[in-house]
Amino acid sequence: MTSVIVDRRPDKGKSTANRQRVLKRLAGALKAQVDQLIARRKINDHDKAAEVTIERKDVREPSFNLDPASGSAGRVVPGNQHYRVGDKIPRDQGGGQGRGSGAGEGEADEEDVFRFALSREEYLSLLFDELELPPLVKKDLLEIDENRFRRGGVVRYGNPGTVCVARTFKASIGRRVAAEAQFEEALQAAETALEAARLSAVPDRVQAAQLELQEVRQRGQDIPFLDPVDLRHRSLVEVQSPRTAAVMFCLMDVSSSMDETRKDLAKRFFTLLYLFLSRKYAKVELVFIRHTDQAQEVDEDTFFNGTQAGSTKVLTALAKMYEIIGLRYPPSHYNIFGAQASDGDSFGADSTESSAYLLSQLLPSARYFVYAEVGDASSQGSTSLWAAYRAIVSDHFNMATVRGRDEVYPALAKLFQKEQLVT
Amino acid sequence: MRDSTRLSGSEWTLDDLLVIEQLCARHAERYGLDTFPNQMEIITSEQMLDSYVSSGLPVNYAHWSFGKHFLIESGKYQSGANALAYEIVLNTNPCIAFLMEGNSLAMQSLVIPHACFGHNSFSKGNYLFQQWTQPDAVLDYMLFARNYIADCEERHGAERVEQTLDALHALRDQGLDKYKRPRKLDTRKERAEQARRLSLAQETMRQAEYYSLVPHAAKSAAAETVFPASPEENLLYFIEKNAPKLEPWQRELARIVRKIAQYFYPQRQTQVMNEGWATFWHHRLINDMYDAGQIDQGILLECLHSHTNVIRQPDYARLNPYALGFAAWNEIKRVCEQPTAEDREYLPDIAGKDWLETFHDVMHNYRDESFLLQFLTPKLVRDFRLMNIQTSEGQDHWSVTDTAGEEGFKSIRSQLAASYRLESYMADISVVRYGRDSDRKLVLQHQSYNGRTLLEEDTALTLKHLRTLWGFDVSLESLDQSGRTLKRY
Repeated sequence: MTSVIVDRRPDKGKSTANRQRVLKRLAGALKAQVDQLIARRKINDHDKAAEVTIERKDVREPSFNLDPASGSAGRVVPGNQHYRVGDKIPRDQGGGQGRGSGAGEGEADEEDVFRFALSREEYLSLLFDELELPPLVKKDLLEIDENRFRRGGVVRYGNPGTVCVARTFKASIGRRVAAEAQFEEALQAAETALEAARLSAVPDRVQAAQLELQEVRQRGQDIPFLDPVDLRHRSLVEVQSPRTAAVMFCLMDVSSSMDETRKDLAKRFFTLLYLFLSRKYAKVELVFIRHTDQAQEVDEDTFFNGTQAGSTKVLTALAKMYEIIGLRYPPSHYNIFGAQASDGDSFGADSTESSAYLLSQLLPSARYFVYAEVGDASSQGSTSLWAAYRAIVSDHFNMATVRGRDEVYPALAKLFQKEQLVT
Repeated sequence: MRDSTRLSGSEWTLDDLLVIEQLCARHAERYGLDTFPNQMEIITSEQMLDSYVSSGLPVNYAHWSFGKHFLIESGKYQSGANALAYEIVLNTNPCIAFLMEGNSLAMQSLVIPHACFGHNSFSKGNYLFQQWTQPDAVLDYMLFARNYIADCEERHGAERVEQTLDALHALRDQGLDKYKRPRKLDTRKERAEQARRLSLAQETMRQAEYYSLVPHAAKSAAAETVFPASPEENLLYFIEKNAPKLEPWQRELARIVRKIAQYFYPQRQTQVMNEGWATFWHHRLINDMYDAGQIDQGILLECLHSHTNVIRQPDYARLNPYALGFAAWNEIKRVCEQPTAEDREYLPDIAGKDWLETFHDVMHNYRDESFLLQFLTPKLVRDFRLMNIQTSEGQDHWSVTDTAGEEGFKSIRSQLAASYRLESYMADISVVRYGRDSDRKLVLQHQSYNGRTLLEEDTALTLKHLRTLWGFDVSLESLDQSGRTLKRY
């Protein structure tokens, strides 16, 4: 056998099975880190790979190892320029000195932790590990149809712009092969007839046979290179497919009464909702609206980190949302989702006005609108906004309370329960 | 093919690599290097990491610990803490050498003679490899092992397979036949015997059930003999054959883990020799190619630059096997060709002999320990400025006992050789008693070398694994050379 060379580069992913196994083994430690990451990361970062740190002791593989501190030991050390026989060298002075010869001396110089990146999918599946939504929810949300065109193979008719050159030539070759075979046969028959006529020596017959042969030859020359029957066109067929455009309005109350804890709860709530949607839809656009007694559309950073203080007027945020829908997101093209987080404080007629506005203006065009009331146990369920929203009876609306980090997911699960979703 | 022209530049094609291989083969033939056919495989950095975690085996079974090592190694690589190896090679027939795609033409001209001729000829010729490994069978065996374990996962659940493998991996170092030669790997035979062992186990069960129904005389306590008759050094083998509670498939897993550990046994014992040998030959073959006008000066210089990095020996650091091995082989050549009076005194057997003949003889018949004991020259000890340092438990310092020089030479030599003995870095544990007819307790002894005991935490965890495999109590103690107990675990 002679030497060979093999290019192995295309064989990828040999370590996938092992990676899945180690991630499964580390699931507990990873979940804990992912849970911490969720508060630290920006909303959109959740869609990216996530760096995690694992302690070696979590994945320790023990074996019978010799204790380097025990017994007596001798080492041979290279590069000696200072020491003479009888000199003493402190034992803990630098790993280098003690480490003389010998094969494996353990892995004492290794770090205690190691880092690696979880891919987006791995991160999300850890995050949603406990967030398994009922399968029918996914289905309901997916089955929103839209007509689209898709390649539908090759057809004989179409406009000139859709001619498929390769297939047309293929058809032309086939036709010519068939026609030329026929022509050969006719030519031979005509020649034989002429020969027979000549043998019979009847001038009329000879002349007729000659004419016939001439005609056949002409027919042979008339076989066209390309004939209209050869034309082939690419076709497009109309198919129904789920509509993929969706927009999510995040409405947050940033009035003075919303402290950092409440904002954090709101952030986590929006994050999960966003991820949930982004896993089901190709693209979810985000619109951030914050409000005090007036509403503003802001970017993500400002939304969560900006400081603004003032009193509360919920209606302004709802009106802003309506305005933006009218300008940029026609309901015929978008799945419109709204999520509002507030501590529920509002004054005077604002609550009832907001509730009425939501019902009459927003809900008809929105696919779903949820309200999450964040805050501590004392105030919840008794705020004016909560009371006003309770009066709304609609399949497109739902509300829940979030009193702590551990309640974010349950709230989301409650809001997206199958029977409460529109179909 | 650039056969006729001289190789230059840094880009290469697959054909260029074949050209280098053929050029090397022609030069190597003159030195009588006997090799397996070469199979060079071009791989990416990710695939190199794959190879790391399975010690160069192209096929391996799935287990989380390989995934862990992959994560650790790729983390080190990505953070820039570690560079990847340029090549990795395993003793198989054909000899599979993995070459990194990122290597320049010069690097490939270095690693091809290194792996495909140096390591290749060493693993074909060295007695340890010849006796302990079967280069023709290992890939088949690994394929068999992978499929068998995947099958077990399906039948018995991935979790149980993982637990069993975890426990077995902990005992991997104690799964070696160190003195008796292991049986040859043969996948077909392995399958046939698996079936035979299974039916035998069922038969034994039936008999045991039958005899338990038949009343028989109570056994006298005196009838209990000591088992095993002599201590068994191969713990995994003992478990595979005697563990009372293991299921047949678990015994098969023990066998697989043991066979693979055994396969790497020769490599651990010939690191200095093997790397030195490969380094010597890449150095030689590159110079030959340059002398014959087959590579240009740019390639030669880049090769020499890398070569110098490979054999760098920092002061007061761990001995670099490449540096020590390369120097040792060069010394053998020097002693053969230009022996001094000193060499004639210390190495009379090779002084003035034909160097090439000596090389082959040494490569065939030695391992690191015996190689250094026999062929370390006083000049090498001086050149490396070696010193011998000693310490013992409780002392807070090392004492310098010998330095390079006439008086120190012999003790440095024996200390250096001893540090490559298996016992100096691996725990020597054997089964001394199995209470087969009583409480089924397993008694293990650690034969301490230089009074070394075992790390307590690791040992406790390993014993826990061992107990799950064994199913009954297990005890372990360290004994010194005189049989005195040093420590119980």
